[in-house]
Formats: sequence, C-alpha cells, structure tokens
Amino acid sequence: MNRLRILTLAIVAVAASAFTVNTAGPGYKVGDIATDFSLKGTDNKMVSLKDYKDAKGFIVVFTCNHCPYAKAYEDRIIALDKKYSKLGYPVIAINPNNPAKQPEDAFDRMKTRAKEKGFTFPYLFDEGQRIYPQYGATKTPHVYILQKTSKGNQVKYIGAIDDNHEDEKAVKEKYVENAVNALLNNKEITVKETKAIGCTIKA
Amino acid sequence: MKSKIISSVRLEGSGHEHQKNKPLFVITKFLPVFLLFGLLSCNKKEAAVQNQQESTIPTPTQVFQKDGVTINSYDFKAFEPFLKMDNDTTYVVNFWATWCAPCVAELPNFEKVTSDYKNQKVKVILVSLDFKKQVETSLIPFTQKKNLQSQVIHLSDPDANAWISKVDTAWSGAIPATLIYNKSKRKFYEQSFTFDQLQKEITPFNNH
Repeated sequence: MNRLRILTLAIVAVAASAFTVNTAGPGYKVGDIATDFSLKGTDNKMVSLKDYKDAKGFIVVFTCNHCPYAKAYEDRIIALDKKYSKLGYPVIAINPNNPAKQPEDAFDRMKTRAKEKGFTFPYLFDEGQRIYPQYGATKTPHVYILQKTSKGNQVKYIGAIDDNHEDEKAVKEKYVENAVNALLNNKEITVKETKAIGCTIKA
Repeated sequence: MKSKIISSVRLEGSGHEHQKNKPLFVITKFLPVFLLFGLLSCNKKEAAVQNQQESTIPTPTQVFQKDGVTINSYDFKAFEPFLKMDNDTTYVVNFWATWCAPCVAELPNFEKVTSDYKNQKVKVILVSLDFKKQVETSLIPFTQKKNLQSQVIHLSDPDANAWISKVDTAWSGAIPATLIYNKSKRKFYEQSFTFDQLQKEITPFNNH
C-alpha cells in the first residue's frame, strides 16, 4: 500500500514536471494563486488585497517613477483605474525598485509623483524588494491581472498594458482592457501573456 | 595581392604586442601562421564571405542625421537580418537605451570588446531602444559625447509583444539584454555585463 502510494506520487511528480518544463523559471504563471501583501502606500497607509472586500479582482501594476516606459503609461494606468475600479477591478500599483540603486524611486518621490499625477489608486512601495520576485516581475511596467476565486487571487494575465508604448493613439490591442473585459463577461481571455520592453527592476 | 595581405597581418600583430592580454597575444602571435594556412586553403572563399557580409547590411526604415552623426533606424522586420548574419563573425548584440542607467553603465565594457577584438571576427552592435522622438535629442548627442566606436543602430517597433520572443523566447523585455551569436551557436542574456564576463562568454564562440 505504502509502496503504491509512493509510486503514484512519483508518477504525479513526473507528470507535473513534464507539463511545467516549458514555463520553468521564477514567478507566477497564468493560473497560479498570487500572494497577498501588506505594503505602505503614498498616503502612509498599509494596503493589502484582502482589504478590498467588494473587489472581483485586481490590476496589479509594477511601475515606478523614473522609467520612461512607466512614465509613458502613467495616464493610461490612471484611465484603467477610473474605468475598472468601479467595475470591481481596481489598479494596485507597486514600485519594486530599491531607492539605494534608483534614488528617483524613493518613497518620498513616489508621494510627489502620486500627487502630481493625481493617482486614483494606491501606489505602494515594495520595501525590501520582497513582493515583486514572488510575482516574477522583471521590469516596469509589468502587469498582473488577478481574479478573486475560492482558492485565492488567481493570476489571469501577465504582461503589457497595450501594444504601443510610444503612441497611445496608435494602439491596436489593449491587452489589459481586453483581459478584464473578458473576466467581467465570464469569457476566456484570448491573450493571456504578452511581452513588452521595460526598465529592469533595480533591487 | 597575397603579399599585401600578409604585410597587413604583420601590422596587426605588432600593433597588439604592447597589450597585456594574454589570450589575445597568443592568438596574434600565431595569427600569421593561421592566415598563411588560410591563404593556402580558402582565400577566395573568405573574400566572397566578406563581400556577401557587406552587401547584406540591412536597409534601414528611417535614417536620422544630426551634427554629422547618422543613425539608421529599423522596424523589427528590417532589423531581423542583424540577428541572422550567416558568416564567420561572432555578433554581440546589446539592447540598450540612453535612459537606461544599467545599460549606460555597461556600455564601456562593450566598447572595450570593440577595441580589444578589432582584429578578430567579433562585432558589437548596440541596438538602441530609445523612443523615436528621442533619437535626435538624446541618442545622437549621447553617441557623440561618449564617442561610441561600436556600431549603433536604432530599433523602433512599438508592437514589442510581436518581436521580443523573436530575439529570444527567454527574453522578458527588460533591458539591458544581450545576444551573442554566430552561424552555429547563440546565447541570450537578460543581465548586465562586466568586461570579464563578456570576454568569458565570447571565448567559446570565438574559438569555433
């Protein structure tokens, strides 16, 4: 009996590794359950995903002050929050950078930037750079769309906001909007992962 | 013709003797022997490859010119041949931007590859991902100020999701990133480099 159990476990382990071999590497894959956190926002309050009792999910954006790509997307991130927080998918922005490496991303500078731009969403500081590696974010901006499920906050989309960082008017595919719309309509997300150029996270 | 080539080889050898770089010294020391062997065996073929290489420099989609500096700009389709050069050279393709601090910090190491390997078949291509509107305001002044000796080109293709994986499937899109390849081998790195690390990575490519 015991032997059979070990054998079964071994087979399961081998089968599981066979299926995950292509997506090996740190961080979440679509379908994983994302960790919650307690991070300080620019209003000095601690924010956790569990605080959002009415949310259906989240648009978690790893972003920062200094990166030109992140800057290019600031207004679009605000627009996403304005459109989707009332539909149950608020934006949660997290600055993953270490200010010792990138002084422009220090907490007080985050406060200034949030005020200047009128961020409508929490802008959190990943103090000690502990959360972004769990997500597997590599750059800013880097988006994770989470959906609340009975198992926890499940990753539904990873990647870019849309397909044109340089010119919002020339955007053809709004990846994040399409994904959230699909979730809101109980439909399958067609594009679940995208890539974009971004600034390496400075840890 | 032959004597001309040999004399130029000697020149290269003597030019390197003051360098303390040991592997280079060894290579340059024996270079005339290699070259002589090369002349005997495949001189014509070499020349043909050289010509082919020069004639296949990809055509840019746009050319920026300012203060005597010319930067060729490519969309991904036009740029793609830079990733598939089929000759004897090892290419070190670095993706960077003037606003990317770690990229700028490692540039001198790539410049050192350009100067230290100038007598070998190793070529650095610095692929700037600066925004198009910043080519004239940032990229050109930067290349002038730093007096960059490596080839600098500009890649501008907003639909990054469509092309990042074509550079390498492992690339998340973060820069700096570097691809080292020749016709038989390629390796991709999403990381920063010191000169020693670069040298260590280039060696197995260069010794094929």
